[in-house]
Amino acid sequence: MTEPNREAEMGMSTDLLETPPGSALAEYDGADDLDREIMTINIGPHHPATHGVLRLVVDLEGELVRELRPVIGYVHTGIEKSCEDKSYWKVIPFVERMDYVSYFFQMEAYCGAVERLIDLEIPPRAKYLRTLFLELNRIHSHLVWLGTTALDLGAISMLWYCFRERDKILDLFEMATGQRMHTRYFQVGGVIEDIPLGFEAKCRAFAEEMPIRVGQYQDLLDRNEVFLSRTKGTGIVSRERLLELGVTGPLLRAAGDPWDLRKAFDYLAYPEMDFKIPVGTVGDNYDRYRVRVAEMVESARIVEQCLDALPEGPFIADDRKYVLPPRSELSTSMESLIHHFKLVTEGYRVAPGEVYYSIEGPRGELGCFVLADGSAKPARVHYRDPSFVNLQAFREMAVGGYVADMIASLGMLDPILGGVDR
Amino acid sequence: MPDAPGLELIRGEIDRDHPGAVLATSYDRAQAALIADPAQILDVLDWLKEQPGHRYDFLSSLHAADYLPNQPRFGVHYELINRDRVERIRVKAMLEDATPAGGADLGDHHSPNASGGGAKSGSGPAGHAPGLPEIDSCVELFPTANAQEREVFDFFGIVFRGHPNLTRILLPDDYVGWPQRRDFPVGGEPVTFTYSEQRYD
Repeated sequence: MTEPNREAEMGMSTDLLETPPGSALAEYDGADDLDREIMTINIGPHHPATHGVLRLVVDLEGELVRELRPVIGYVHTGIEKSCEDKSYWKVIPFVERMDYVSYFFQMEAYCGAVERLIDLEIPPRAKYLRTLFLELNRIHSHLVWLGTTALDLGAISMLWYCFRERDKILDLFEMATGQRMHTRYFQVGGVIEDIPLGFEAKCRAFAEEMPIRVGQYQDLLDRNEVFLSRTKGTGIVSRERLLELGVTGPLLRAAGDPWDLRKAFDYLAYPEMDFKIPVGTVGDNYDRYRVRVAEMVESARIVEQCLDALPEGPFIADDRKYVLPPRSELSTSMESLIHHFKLVTEGYRVAPGEVYYSIEGPRGELGCFVLADGSAKPARVHYRDPSFVNLQAFREMAVGGYVADMIASLGMLDPILGGVDR
Repeated sequence: MPDAPGLELIRGEIDRDHPGAVLATSYDRAQAALIADPAQILDVLDWLKEQPGHRYDFLSSLHAADYLPNQPRFGVHYELINRDRVERIRVKAMLEDATPAGGADLGDHHSPNASGGGAKSGSGPAGHAPGLPEIDSCVELFPTANAQEREVFDFFGIVFRGHPNLTRILLPDDYVGWPQRRDFPVGGEPVTFTYSEQRYD
């Protein structure tokens, strides 16, 4: 470690560089030790490259990461506790705000769990609509990931391109639900409203355009020397170790394991969908990038299939004990008014029981555990958040590599700290 | 999911190797659960993980729930997946609340016997107040449980014996109380605004 440039990069004291050779300082024999010294530095909690409020305590030897401790909890808001005090339908907007990039997934995990608790079958159209919005949300989530991670690696234009497409998805969300984020669109029993006129054409246009855009992203990144050298061969963790650490989602698939809950378990309209599970080979950061980018294309295909096969019929279940009656009935039907009043004031009671329901979120297995104690409020709502579990693998991705690779690995890990801390 | 008879078969097989380890089974809303003896929880988990033909070797989630006012009060849930057969099974260990009746959870750190130092069990990690429910840690079997057991400890005050680093994970280290217990109040803290600053200072 004798090149002066190297020392300048490491932010070492500049007098060493300015010292002319042969002077007393240059012969100071502690100079060699400076490289071997372990330096503990603190990254975050407020740092753009930590993708949220994540603090990393890193032991560095020169530029090599020797030990790493993620410190979390800075955005813990006690959502799970607050849910204890809300009736079942009021929990939905709360849980949406945990993982704030994949809000449809949070809603689906919760609504699906409650539907299993009360044994409520949702109509086919609702299944397809939910699948449609989940896949749009998956593309949205991956776009946020791609833009910010490429930004960490120095590719600033990716951010603009990705957020341009993301905005189109948010427009679609706004069109169908009235909100761009935190839409509260999924209800226990189905979805709150049918898609509006003109949505299908707009959504189809987006789904046709998206694979072309993904191709453009790949053109920008796949032959970019800087991007390749920073992602290829970095952050490798073996498939076996990832499984031990409970890692799921694109990280596991990048290591060559085609484990996808959409294929493995039967939920929503996924059994009727034709899509592939992209897998990687080595499990380095480049594979993680490739897997996610390929997933965007597959998601766009699912969106198209949902639109093609969208069944006619009701978009929410007809069980008035759990589902709000249509607004138009309130002025004519006493029954509906009573149901509406009961549902809005007290909510519905759920017989004692517990359900764990998990779906494939953009980051892996997103599970929701709901415990009912017979009252109108859930006794416990717990989320198995993929970011929280996947973060445990970060230490093994980063230790032994350079700081710069650590930042790349963190981006490719794609943790959402709102989901980690809940 | 194994169906109800399949669950009974698994229970019978575990019973042959570890008599008494499975206390009961439950098959509710198409979800299969084994209710295990907390003292033998590692035997059950290890059997499910290693037994040829079963191999529930992926721990997808570990979480806890407070069943107050039922006794035993706490439930630690292990959601296991057999990835070959694509089956889920839940293992549940029910823990007695070790605090004396009427003892407030908020007072755990302040209770007079808190300085006694593990009067109930000497194997608990130092620094944890006695009177907390305890169960063996499964970090050796499933390394993924590390953060999740810390989370359960953080919110329920359930001590996992043998956990390498059982400290609070999401809440601040000096936090007092176990907020996800049902008898912990949901209410918030008074917010200090400039006009009310004096009152709360």
